[in-house]
Amino acid sequence: MFQRGDGSVSAQLRKEADSLLASDPPAAARRLAEFWAREPGAASAGFVVSRFEKLRGTQRLIPFRLAIERSFTVEPAIPLLRAEAFAAGIDLSVQVGNFNACAQAFLDPESALYRFEPDAVILAVETREAAPELWRDSAKLSAAESHAAVRRLTTQFRDWLDAFRRRSQASVIVHGLELPPWAARGVLDTQSEPGQLEAIRQVNRELGCLARDRRGVYVLDYDHLVARHGRLAWHDERKWLTMRMPIAAEHLIHLAREWMRFLHPLTGKIAKVLAVDLDNTLWGGIIGEDGLSGIKLGLEYPGAAYRGLQQAMLDLYHRGVLLAIASKNNPDDALEALREHPGMLLKPEHFAALRVNWNDKAQSLREIAAELNLGIDAVAFLDDNPVECRRVRDALPEVSVIELPPDPMEYARVLRECPLFERLALSEEDRKRGEYYAAERQRTELEQSMTTREDFFRSLAQQAEIAPVTEATLARVAQLTQKTNQFNLTTRRYSEQQIAAMTPEDGWRVLSIRVSDCFSDNGLVGVAITRDQGDVCEIDTFLLSCRVIGRTVETALLAFLAGRARSRGMRRLEGWFLPTKKNAPAREFYQQHGFQPVRQQEQGTLWALDLEKDTVNPPEWIQVTAREGA
Amino acid sequence: MTANILEQVQSIAADILMVEPDEIGPQSSPESLESWDSVQHLNLVLALEEKFSLQFAPEEIDQMRTIGEIAGLVERKIGQ
Repeated sequence: MFQRGDGSVSAQLRKEADSLLASDPPAAARRLAEFWAREPGAASAGFVVSRFEKLRGTQRLIPFRLAIERSFTVEPAIPLLRAEAFAAGIDLSVQVGNFNACAQAFLDPESALYRFEPDAVILAVETREAAPELWRDSAKLSAAESHAAVRRLTTQFRDWLDAFRRRSQASVIVHGLELPPWAARGVLDTQSEPGQLEAIRQVNRELGCLARDRRGVYVLDYDHLVARHGRLAWHDERKWLTMRMPIAAEHLIHLAREWMRFLHPLTGKIAKVLAVDLDNTLWGGIIGEDGLSGIKLGLEYPGAAYRGLQQAMLDLYHRGVLLAIASKNNPDDALEALREHPGMLLKPEHFAALRVNWNDKAQSLREIAAELNLGIDAVAFLDDNPVECRRVRDALPEVSVIELPPDPMEYARVLRECPLFERLALSEEDRKRGEYYAAERQRTELEQSMTTREDFFRSLAQQAEIAPVTEATLARVAQLTQKTNQFNLTTRRYSEQQIAAMTPEDGWRVLSIRVSDCFSDNGLVGVAITRDQGDVCEIDTFLLSCRVIGRTVETALLAFLAGRARSRGMRRLEGWFLPTKKNAPAREFYQQHGFQPVRQQEQGTLWALDLEKDTVNPPEWIQVTAREGA
Repeated sequence: MTANILEQVQSIAADILMVEPDEIGPQSSPESLESWDSVQHLNLVLALEEKFSLQFAPEEIDQMRTIGEIAGLVERKIGQ
């Protein structure tokens, strides 16, 4: 009755961790993490933290300094937080500020907060402390007084944040304000102007705006956290009155875990791809035995549980997390289910990599990571089968194995709780990442289905648009010269200012190329910079993003340069190939297109094409359009 | 007092106070253990509440002077 998990397994893990501490530190760390996953709580935290402290130096732990400025007793949550962090590979040093000394901590440059030099600071203030007028006196406040209180709080938070940013680049995690369990005006609160609850929500909305407008500031929606776990159960009023500890013992772990949702992305401890099993994970039943009509998936019980998990995965997909399948199945059965089943939310195009075979799943996960060009530690694995989970955990300790509980109705919650998928920013690139990888997979499949390369190129139906650099594309063009390493003939890095200074009056031409095909728009993926001097056009820069290498786009761009140079009256097209450690893919480029070596120097070779005799044939399968000025 | 409850309380206290289990006995108290300060006292109270699914009254927390007294209190509360 006293153990949450299976007590004997936990006791065994604890014993093993202790006995492995000296002889096999990585194994000891894994036992400790598993013990903590089974027995999280105040009682085990001391044990887990003290053992991990002994493992320091033997494990690759990310050190992180966290300051907490607070209005209430957070101390009992610290061992829980540190145990949770250790289990995730993070070695947290925590400094807790004095009670209600936030203003001094943030505004005084000599405060202990700044002397601690934190990587991040959490600002945890209770509504009753930060806004006593809204918490306690709300019933008698006039509308004007209430608005004034909201303004006072917003200004105070803004002043603290801006003062902090002047002195520290550390991240700031601000607790939003909590709503009281009962409104001062009772049921009439919603119709008051503004009511107590609405006034507090206004402060929270303003906090969100402050965070949006500032780098490295994030809001922890504390009220949402409390509501998730039940407001009446969350609080322990007696401990508040005696020890300034407002949170019931059983919920401290939930506060620690909510903090971890920020610390995971801040320390880079995140998963970039989620690889999932199919049978009894993505749907109920076994497709190979139950068939398309027999598997459970849809809007009713029990299929809704699996659909719930699919919805959670779809949300991750839109967050930029890649999805993959690692399943032991007949590939035709599995793909038919993904394509045809009416209850399926996830379709084949949502998956960046598929491994549906009878191989060992550890092998499948290795292949998935390699195919997506990711480290194995970027992989998270979700499977209902504990045997598969154990196998992966043993073979690939770097993979994050997300264990599913026996009840499928819990699956979606477990995935949504996982902090490995939290992100603190979302770029346009992140949002499109899943689409890009899925299109890439379809291209590979198309290529494999075609007998010749030419057939493949034709069926891709590529379209290229070549344009002179503009105000709108300058940043991307400069970025490509700075980032592109593989297909880059000269690897000359240019800033935006340098590119803007390359004017046609001095013979410069800066061109960019956008490429799309039947699967997706690849965007602006190539740059060519040339300079006319006398009757020679020299290619200063020629580069292509690795996204489109090998699809003859490079030939199309070179043919375009040659054609334009000839029509400007140039007699020769010249270009250096300057070898680096990484640009081997471009080494044969000039030679393959009929250029002759004309000068050999230590740093590279100058190649030339006689425009009066020779030409570069554009590939017939790419439709090229030129914007004005190109 | 059953040996089982006392043992469990001693084991929890050893983890919380970060000492070896054999350094803790029924007579152990904040006076005898250096690491047993007010923060650790609170941590111990919370761990016991969590582990035994019970709630201590503020008056009871004030009376917890030794491991033996704490174990006795836990046993009485479980029996209620």
